[in-house]
Amino acid sequence: MFPTPIAKTSRSWQLTYQSLLPVALILWLLPLISIAVFSIKPDADFTSGNYWGWPSSFEGITNYSKVFFESDMPRYLLNSVFITVPTVLGCIALSAMTGFALGIYRFRSNLWIFFMFVAGNFVPFQILMVPVRDLTLNLGLYNTKTGLVLFHIAFQTGFCTLFMRNFIRALPFELIEAARVEGVSEWRIFWFVVLPLMKPALAALAVLIFTFIWNDYFWAVVLTQGVESQPVTAGITSFNAQYRAAYHLMSAGSIVAALPPVAMFFLMQKHFIAGLTLGAVK
Amino acid sequence: MTQATLPDTHADRGKRSFWRRNQIAISPWLFLAPGVIFFLIYVIFPVFQSFQISTLRWDGLGDPEYIGLENYRELWDDPAFYVSLKNNVLWLLLYLLAIPAGLFIALFLNQTVTGIRLYKSLFFFPFVISQVVVGLVFTWFYDPTFGLLNVMLGWFGLGPINVLGDPTYVTYGIIAAGLWPQTAYCMILYLTGLNGVNPEQIEAGRLDNARGWRMLWHIIIPQLKPATFIAFVVTIIGALRSFDLISVMTNGGPFGESRVLSFYMFEVALSEYGFRMGYGAAIAVVLFLIMLIFIAYFLWSMYRETRGR
Repeated sequence: MFPTPIAKTSRSWQLTYQSLLPVALILWLLPLISIAVFSIKPDADFTSGNYWGWPSSFEGITNYSKVFFESDMPRYLLNSVFITVPTVLGCIALSAMTGFALGIYRFRSNLWIFFMFVAGNFVPFQILMVPVRDLTLNLGLYNTKTGLVLFHIAFQTGFCTLFMRNFIRALPFELIEAARVEGVSEWRIFWFVVLPLMKPALAALAVLIFTFIWNDYFWAVVLTQGVESQPVTAGITSFNAQYRAAYHLMSAGSIVAALPPVAMFFLMQKHFIAGLTLGAVK
Repeated sequence: MTQATLPDTHADRGKRSFWRRNQIAISPWLFLAPGVIFFLIYVIFPVFQSFQISTLRWDGLGDPEYIGLENYRELWDDPAFYVSLKNNVLWLLLYLLAIPAGLFIALFLNQTVTGIRLYKSLFFFPFVISQVVVGLVFTWFYDPTFGLLNVMLGWFGLGPINVLGDPTYVTYGIIAAGLWPQTAYCMILYLTGLNGVNPEQIEAGRLDNARGWRMLWHIIIPQLKPATFIAFVVTIIGALRSFDLISVMTNGGPFGESRVLSFYMFEVALSEYGFRMGYGAAIAVVLFLIMLIFIAYFLWSMYRETRGR
């Protein structure tokens, strides 16, 4: 193990390390801690200039209930859910199939199709902006959740295919050969042999895509406008415009908007990190 | 081949349908079709369409007018374009700092003490949060009237600086905000990489009296190469896609000094400065060409690796 395990070092360094850890963590998360504190302060603290001091009273419940009951926030959150969940399902369905095709079969254009997905995934998405917006307008899907979902599914399929294909490549190929010898049809091999083995990959992708799409801002601004279809990332900017300089409410709103992916991360941590670090070890 | 000598029992039936015979050749295309079609329509074709749109004068609604390379000629004389380009280079270079910073934190946290798992997840936290929120948080951190940065500078008797309002500091300020989640990402890559480092080699290194820096440089870092490659890829892509933070923190200002290409193209094509789709597409093409250098490099190294297997 590198660096030298702490247990094998001198007592003084052990103590230094143990006390350094929380200090480093607090410094690292200071920006977040500050908005968490902001979100439970009363309005009066900000007008009286008490930004960083102890809250003069705890108004957490008032602030958060304002966010939930007196603003468009719940609407935006719901939009985000209706955008994120179908995207996750769509991506996983499409990329399980493409990954299976590219991982199992050997045909001549295999590597080229794979590279098309990989390259498309790396493209700076601004180059897609004008044509995709135009396409969405022509389909009559501008400013709808469906329009956003369709694009997200297509774009994320690139990354997911890369992921699934590499995962399937690592499965024991003998299993598939054995099934073929038995005369099992290709579709049933996919459904009954490969798919059950892909559960960890499916879970990892689901959490990753959930986070990516929930946090997307660019496409939300390009393809939607207004409270009926915008997800919470775009909504928070209008929310902030509405409550300009109401720091306690802006903080509470931001925390609410940021919470779902955070919860997802803590619940599915193992899968999340497995997904992100795919390929980081050989 | 042993199979060739075996009689093909299925052939005797003579009833094999076309599907049965060609199943293995056709199946991959059936599995690929939905994904590939979607990807072509929404990703691959639009790249080429953007090239074509960049030769038009078009407001997105009326009839487009073909003007050849006029948009690119205008770009050549556009000072705002050069500011954006310069900032893009800054982003690319400074964003790479996330890689050593991530490695540093990973080395710091690669221990087995009680609660270290929780520490690791909390250090990773910033990456999970939306960039919109990160932007907001840092805007307040930099705020000249109450921001924590100026409070801290005050302790050292340094005057208040308005980071986001000052053309010289603004881009650095936004990049610093972007480095926060990006460092967390690189950290997690390296933590996973460090798990896979061969312990025998470390022991051998220790016997050869390699420690500290020399151990890190000669034994650890070479073994972390896959993690470094991925960290490099995601950081470059992140730097070139940077949009959210700029949009939230400064909206390109002051005086357009914090624009990057991706933001400038959005501004030209979709904001109150007028709907100049052609000009915006031309900027996007330039951004794409910069990215193409990296895409070619990434694909090439992946190709070498698949060949090497």
